[in-house]
Amino acid sequence: MLLFLFLMFVQFSLLAVGGANAIVPELHRVVVTELHWMSGQEFAALFALAQAAPGPNVLIVSLVGWKVAGVPGAIVSLIGICLPSSLLSFWVARWWQQARGSRLTTAISKGLAPLTVGLIAAGVAMMAASHPPSWAAGLLLASCALLSWRTRLNPLWLLAAGAAAGLGGLV
Amino acid sequence: MNTLIIPDKKALFRGFFLIGLSGFGGVLPQAQHQLVQRRCWLTDTEFAELLALGQVLPGPNIVNMAVAIGSRFHGVAGALLAVAGLLLAPLVLILLLATLYQHYQQASWLQQLLAGLAPAGIGLLLGMVLKLAARLPRRLLPWLLAVLTFIAVAGVHLPLWIVLLVLAPLGIGLAWRYPQGGL
Repeated sequence: MLLFLFLMFVQFSLLAVGGANAIVPELHRVVVTELHWMSGQEFAALFALAQAAPGPNVLIVSLVGWKVAGVPGAIVSLIGICLPSSLLSFWVARWWQQARGSRLTTAISKGLAPLTVGLIAAGVAMMAASHPPSWAAGLLLASCALLSWRTRLNPLWLLAAGAAAGLGGLV
Repeated sequence: MNTLIIPDKKALFRGFFLIGLSGFGGVLPQAQHQLVQRRCWLTDTEFAELLALGQVLPGPNIVNMAVAIGSRFHGVAGALLAVAGLLLAPLVLILLLATLYQHYQQASWLQQLLAGLAPAGIGLLLGMVLKLAARLPRRLLPWLLAVLTFIAVAGVHLPLWIVLLVLAPLGIGLAWRYPQGGL
């Protein structure tokens, strides 16, 4: 089972173009529909957990491994999904360091900069749309955005303020 | 902000450990805060470059960035340390949470906590978009490309790999063809 998990996520690794969340629909299909490892509801709960918990969203993968094969499953899955893509970015990063300042790397970084903005903005819009709209949440979102844009405040303070507002029943 | 610091291996691990631990609802805002503003390991420009590369390369963005940053300072060992630091604490935490969650998922205080954390986390990410957008040249093409990417992903819900397959070569090609103007 551990080897199966490892090989499965090795394949997923290079499919995750644009980030870990890109493989979630496909992961859902394989894990829920094809292998019957868990129900769709369980999958949704694990996904929400991976989003809310600290750390990168790729941890959804380790939760799937954990569900099927315990802690070793979690570790093996995480290594599987990170290994191929990490090797690739290791070589690209090494090449980038050597070629930095050339016409090609300049074109790449200038050409990709608008895409980065568009992609993260799209992520923001889609995440915001998945929550029920309210004035309080909107206000909280906007003030956190403004403060983190304009000040050098540690993001943790803003998250703490959000948590306090939530616990106080304001949101 | 002007003098960059080269971290030793211990600092590299500790830095990414903190980033992993404090990145609720996505790690990027915390990564930018720690790497650029707090620790001065990277300039704004370098961060934007590495982020763009991490996004276009397959695999989890922030892990790709950790590999690139770690290997820049300390080769293979640096890459391993950065990734291990980044993932260790969140992995332990999320497994604990998953165990707890099964007992407490109905608890109202947990629901309230999440209801407050979610908008704050999204707001932080929006703040980062604003920082990155402020660095784009004030010309038509870059902004057109950014809006096009946004609409393709958030509006039309095209699969990400299709969007990247079309728009990444387009952006790089335009920037290559017109080094001075355009992009």
